Order: sequence, then structure tokens, then C-alpha cells
Amino acid sequence: MDERAELLDLLRENARYSTADLARMTGESEQAVEGAIATLESDGTIAGYQAVVDPAKREPEPVRAHVECNVTLDRETSYDDIAERLAGFPEVASLRLVSGDYDFAMEVEADSMGEVSRFVSEKVAPVPEITQTVTHYIMDTYKRAGHRFGDGEADDRLAYSP
Amino acid sequence: MSRERERPDPLAPSQRVASVPESGIRRFFELAAEMDDVVSLGVGEPDFAAPYRAREAAIDSLQRGKTSYTANRGMSELRERIAERVTRYGLDYDPEREILVTAGASEAIDAAFRALVDPGDTVAVAQPSYVSYEPGIRFADGEVLRVPTRAEDEFVLTREALEAADAERAELLVYCYPNNPTGATMDADEIAEVAAFCRDHDLGVLADEIYAALTYEGEHVSIATQPGMRERTVVFNGFSKAYAMTGLRLGYALAPERVVESMNRVHQYTMLSAPTTAQYAAIEALDNCGSDVAEMRTQYDRRRNFVLSRLDEMGIDCFEATGAFYVFPEAPGGDASAFAEDLLQAEQVAVVPGDAFGASGDGHLRMSYASSLDDLRTAMDRIERFID
Repeated sequence: MDERAELLDLLRENARYSTADLARMTGESEQAVEGAIATLESDGTIAGYQAVVDPAKREPEPVRAHVECNVTLDRETSYDDIAERLAGFPEVASLRLVSGDYDFAMEVEADSMGEVSRFVSEKVAPVPEITQTVTHYIMDTYKRAGHRFGDGEADDRLAYSP
Repeated sequence: MSRERERPDPLAPSQRVASVPESGIRRFFELAAEMDDVVSLGVGEPDFAAPYRAREAAIDSLQRGKTSYTANRGMSELRERIAERVTRYGLDYDPEREILVTAGASEAIDAAFRALVDPGDTVAVAQPSYVSYEPGIRFADGEVLRVPTRAEDEFVLTREALEAADAERAELLVYCYPNNPTGATMDADEIAEVAAFCRDHDLGVLADEIYAALTYEGEHVSIATQPGMRERTVVFNGFSKAYAMTGLRLGYALAPERVVESMNRVHQYTMLSAPTTAQYAAIEALDNCGSDVAEMRTQYDRRRNFVLSRLDEMGIDCFEATGAFYVFPEAPGGDASAFAEDLLQAEQVAVVPGDAFGASGDGHLRMSYASSLDDLRTAMDRIERFID
């Protein structure tokens, strides 16, 4: 693994590793690690850092929905144009173009079901190219970004073994 | 009138058992059991669970009712895959006649001692080493000849060490590389030197290669690939370390047909067959869990770098261990037992004094890095505070 890939791997595992620890694990100098991270940030490879939070433990618990959007394109409008328009709304937590029965998979987050509904009906559905939306409210989250929610697994190994 | 007759306890331990001392880490175990918040670097097994696919395969086999014995030597589907798997080390064994699947490599090693050692035979043991070899040899009524490896050789087994210990008078040599407890590995030249000694003096070799997949610099070299060595070598490996399957108890031996036949004689009367559920898990592990092994290996390597760096920054001397998941630093102050006990009492960090693995490990500490980076960081912070 090259240095860039190795650092990305480590930061995706835990973005809070200190520069010193990243240097120790990779065998690079702290300066080299700082430089490589700065490059990853400035070239847009790393768009940001955030905690993986169990939604059920947030207070108040936000309401989230997975929204399927179908679109029709015309000569002047591309997927990118529609995505650009939708992605600007702060309620849109994620937006992906997908293959299959619908075109965009959108995750919407707001403070209440009413807010989510209003957002979809007032902001998304009226977009002229969007022909259909299907809203799935998220009922529970078991795993996100590689992390499982719930009680952690205790290390039940013996303290000493040969 | 009845006469009281003094009879010795009929259930008293045999002399064989009585001659084997209790494990050196038992005392620490009892101390640690009474403490909260122990961060343990004393563990000789992975912190990962077995690959999820392997666990699923085990469950699936149970649901399908696969709960009978298997062939003594292990399921043929498993032996075929093992034969295929070990070709990566340049090893070529016939799955029908030259592979024995056992309940952990430990059972294979015990079976080999009992199958190959006659009363009074001498078995040379390279030390420091895993703790089961000496008791296994004694249970087989063999004589133990210790071959100390040296810190200045970074605990690699050398011809000089074998000669200094008069190992030429032994019938068998047993060793473990990548090594538990030191983390040392042996390269091709070093293995060739040991092979030459064994050929020159007609020694058989029991090569415990359970940590082969956890080699971080260069490739693992099996002594059985050396000229003339296949016929005089038994190779031990298994699923405990590379696949994090310690509790499933599954290992294997690779050996010439006549040796597998002798070992199987012991195995079929003691174990009958290795655990069936574990064999199904192992088949899945070999078929589909290579990326899990690679990922764990990557994690261990990062932790190894981390621990070696922290020890170096603290001024604790430690050679660059390149295998298994152990480092073997010198104990600050020289007295490893006292250091390990004081460190446990003062900072609740568990490490194992090196002499638990043979006298030549004295003055060193075994630290396992099979723990999360958070735990390793905590342990290193506490050690740093302790030696300050």
C-alpha cells in the first residue's frame, strides 16, 4: 500500500488518530504525514471529518428518510444539473445516482416527520424533471459507515495466556 | 481385629505429571483477576473474532446437522484445501497420506511427541519458546535439551547455539518461528544453517509454523523446503493465529506418510477426529477469508510499528520483531519478573516476564500487540508513566 492509500485507510478507520500515532504506525515522519494529509484535503480527496453517531442516542432524535427519486432528462438538463439543485438543500444528508428502478437515492434528515414531508412535497417533488418520489422513513439503524450500533463487544480473553 | 493399612492416594498425580511445573504466568493471572481496569499485553491470541464468513459456515453446518465424527485425519475436502494453501510456502503434501487435521496445532505437537519419542530420547527445544513443548516431551518420557537462543542474535536459532547446547546428541529438534514469545522470524539463510546442522547430525525437526502468515518483513521460510529436509520434518500450522480461530481448536500437521501414520495412531485413540464444526469453518476460511487474514495482518503490522516506536521513544531496548504479534523488549532495570509484577500493581498493565518461556528469555518482557490501538496507546502511556 502506498503512503497515500495507507493514510486514507487509517483515517477512514479513525479520523482522530494523532499525527504522531499515524507516523508511528506507518513508519513515516510526522512532517511527512502532515504534508500528505494536507494534500489529501486540498485536492478534495478528504472532504471532511465527522463522528459516526448512533441516531437513536441523539437528543432530540432526528427524523430521517430514504427518498427514491425518478427523473426524466431533456436536452438541456443532465443528472448533474438535477443533483446540483437537490444537493444544495441542507436537509439532504446524502445524494447518490443509482442503477435500477429509480435514479437518485437521497437521504433526508430533519427535526420531525412533518418537516421531512414538507421538504419532499415542497422542495423535491416540484422540481420539473422529477417525475416520482417514494419516501421511506428510517425506523432503526443497525450499522453505519462500518460501525455497528448497540452494546459494544467486551474483550473476554484471559488477561494472560501462553 | 482389623489392621489399618497405609495406602498411598490412588489418585495422586503420576510422576510424569508431578515433574511438570505449573505455568509461570499463573501467579500473574491470579493477581490480575482481582483488579479492575487491567490493560493486557499478556494475551497470546488475536483480539479479532474469527472471520464472519467462517462463523456463518460453522452455524450453517450445525443447522444442517453436521455433528458426527469425520474421518480420523480430517475431512478430505479440508485436507485438499490445506494442501493447496501450503503451496504458497513452497510445501507439497499429499492430502490423502501426508496431512493430519487435529484439535489445534497443540494436539498435533503432542501427538508427534508421543508418536516419535521413545523413553530416554532427547528432544532439543529452542528457547525462549511456547510453553507446551517441554511438558509434551516429558509426558512422552523424553529428555529435554534446552537450546538457548541469544538476544544478540535477535533470538534467531543459529548453528552456534545448537553446537553450544550439544544439540547433536538429540534425536529431534523442536522450534517455533515466527516465534512466540520474541516475535523473531528466520530468513532463508538462517533456516538453511539449521537445516545443515540437522542433516549433519541426523536430527528430525518439529517445526511449529503456526504464525507463518504473520510475517511482516520478507516471506516465511519453512525448513521442509530445504534440501533433504522434507523427509525429516514435521510442519505444524493451523487456524488459531492467522484466522483468529483459537477457540475453534483446529490445526494440522504436514509430514511424510510414515510419520502421519504414527501420529494418527495417537490421534485416533485420543481425539478420534478434530471438531467437525471447526472443520466446516476452516473450509470456508480457506476458500473465502483470505482478505480477512490480509486485513488482520495489516492491523498487526501497524500496531507493531506503533509499539516499537513508543518503546524506542521511551528508551526501552527492543529488537525489531518481524513476526507473530509479540515484541520482546528488555525489562528496564533487568529483573523482568519484578518489573512485570510492579507494573501490574502500579499501573494495571499486564505483560509476561520472558523467563516464563525458558531461562534464556530472562531479563525480557513479552508484550502482545494483539489488542486495539486504543488499548495499546493506554498501555504505552501507563508504562511510560511507570518508568518515569
